[in-house]
Amino acid sequence: MSLATRPRRTALPPEEPSIPQRSGGTGGYWLYLLPGFALLLIIVIVPLVWNLLLTFTKWKGVRTPEFIGLGNWQKILTDSDFWTSFTNSVWMILAMVVVPTIVGLIVAALLFDVVGRKFGGKVGAFLRATYYLPQILPIAVAGIVIGWIVRPGGDGALNQILGAFGIPAYDWLGQMPSALIVLMLVMVWVQLGYPVVVFMAALQRVDPELYEAAELDGANWLQRFTAITMSIIRPEIFVVTLTCTIAALKVFGPVYIITRGGPAGATLVPAYYAYQEFFTKRNVGYGATIATVLTIVVVIVSIIFIRVQNSLERKERAGL
Amino acid sequence: MHATTAIVTGKPVKARPRGGMTKKRPVDWLLLALVVVGALLVIAPFYLVLVNSFKSPVDYATSGPLAFPETLDFGGIIKFWERVNFPEKVWNSIFISGIVAVLAVVISMLNAFAIGIGRVRGRSWIVLLFLLANLLPQEALLYPLYYMFKSVGLYDNVWAVIIVFTVIQAAFGTYLLSSVYGTFPKEILEAASLDGASRWQILWRVIFPISRPTLSVLLIFFFIWTWNEFLIPLTFLASNANQTVPVAISVLQGDRLMDVTTTSASALLGIIPTLIFFLIFQRTLTRGITAGAVK
Repeated sequence: MSLATRPRRTALPPEEPSIPQRSGGTGGYWLYLLPGFALLLIIVIVPLVWNLLLTFTKWKGVRTPEFIGLGNWQKILTDSDFWTSFTNSVWMILAMVVVPTIVGLIVAALLFDVVGRKFGGKVGAFLRATYYLPQILPIAVAGIVIGWIVRPGGDGALNQILGAFGIPAYDWLGQMPSALIVLMLVMVWVQLGYPVVVFMAALQRVDPELYEAAELDGANWLQRFTAITMSIIRPEIFVVTLTCTIAALKVFGPVYIITRGGPAGATLVPAYYAYQEFFTKRNVGYGATIATVLTIVVVIVSIIFIRVQNSLERKERAGL
Repeated sequence: MHATTAIVTGKPVKARPRGGMTKKRPVDWLLLALVVVGALLVIAPFYLVLVNSFKSPVDYATSGPLAFPETLDFGGIIKFWERVNFPEKVWNSIFISGIVAVLAVVISMLNAFAIGIGRVRGRSWIVLLFLLANLLPQEALLYPLYYMFKSVGLYDNVWAVIIVFTVIQAAFGTYLLSSVYGTFPKEILEAASLDGASRWQILWRVIFPISRPTLSVLLIFFFIWTWNEFLIPLTFLASNANQTVPVAISVLQGDRLMDVTTTSASALLGIIPTLIFFLIFQRTLTRGITAGAVK
């Protein structure tokens, strides 16, 4: 097991190449970037710009796209399905970021502090692996597992279990709000292991002597946790919330498999909405517009996170 | 999940004092019970899938989803195995993920060599560009790529998926390896250069062997991430014979003919390959993810 290193602020030191130069400058190194850059251009940059251009067109995917100016952008502002999809993104952030981070923090602290110390590291490692297991499942398969459990009618596993207690069968995915709640529970289940593993690794960075000193000073567990642990693992909390927020905004697989956006669009998310416009309704221009908005949101969220983290770190360093 | 993890190699951990192991208060047992109950909830769906995959539909109807199967019934598994031609799907997934992992590691290395060792101008922007390529939602590339692949005859071809994921994974690899190579010991490079090694030789004979541990972590992550991908294989691999494991299983879900135990068996077969990776690479995985994600 290795330990997290604190992020270095400057990406790379501003010096000359590490290998002494016999002739010329650093120009020769561009050759090494060529294959990667050419591929990036063809597979990412060109399609991205193309997608942006498509937002100004009406196109069925065949014949020539028809230029309609800002028509798609006007439509998106008053499209209630679009707003539903972004509202559902907020629910996904609750299920994929807020709940897993808080619960993950508690579980990691318990596993590290209580289980690991009092019952041995092996027990802690085993439980950590258990919490992590859903993370390695293909998200599509995770969706199938849950979709099978909440199957409507009497033969669904959940309905059968509840039936044993005399609760009548219920169509969990057929109505709101249970469809959205099922989706959210699946995401909590899938996501929880990631913060647990990351936070447990971060906790190893905490110097045990700090704890012992605090203990001698009469600090209780909660006080030690908030004063020492939380401040030391803050970089990890940032990374977990950033990466999970991006994942929550982009979520597609579970929605496609479990609810297909239903009932009646109630569990629609932007990624699935764009997919539907592309391939089911054949409104390519409008699908491209939704995908573009999603991209902009992802980029803005990333920038905000990174800025906040940088300024916090600067403050922290200034305070030291 | 994809891109939610980062890989770093770290330093060894200071051992904790072992003194506290013996003093177990009742509250410690209570807290242990709490985390164990949580863990049981997490694996409950796996338990349900496992026991019900081996039941006959009749057994399921009478004994319910929680009980052990009365007799081991492989009917559901066989039915699903044959319907999707499971070995073919596993091979597709291994082929796609394996080639992507190798190609993406090679490209990450070449890029990181220019950025981290060569320190080309504007490298921070180049790194940022690659990082963005990894962060952005795939939907924003989906239709143009779909159209492009259709026009060059690569639609419904595993190579379309291989190319796309090579680029996306290499974007992350470039971001990570650039900072690893940025701190590569300068003395070694200078010594190699004095001995008359060219850049190409330094890359393959010095940097590659020394950074092999980091590269192998990247390789494993690229493999698993690609294996787990859904949207792009779903869109680009239309015909049955080209599909990956997750796509093939999901396509069958709409099939109303599948009885409840066959559905369970399909989930089980989807879980098994990942479970095998998990058991083989557990240490690498935890080392990789734990590693503090930030670089």
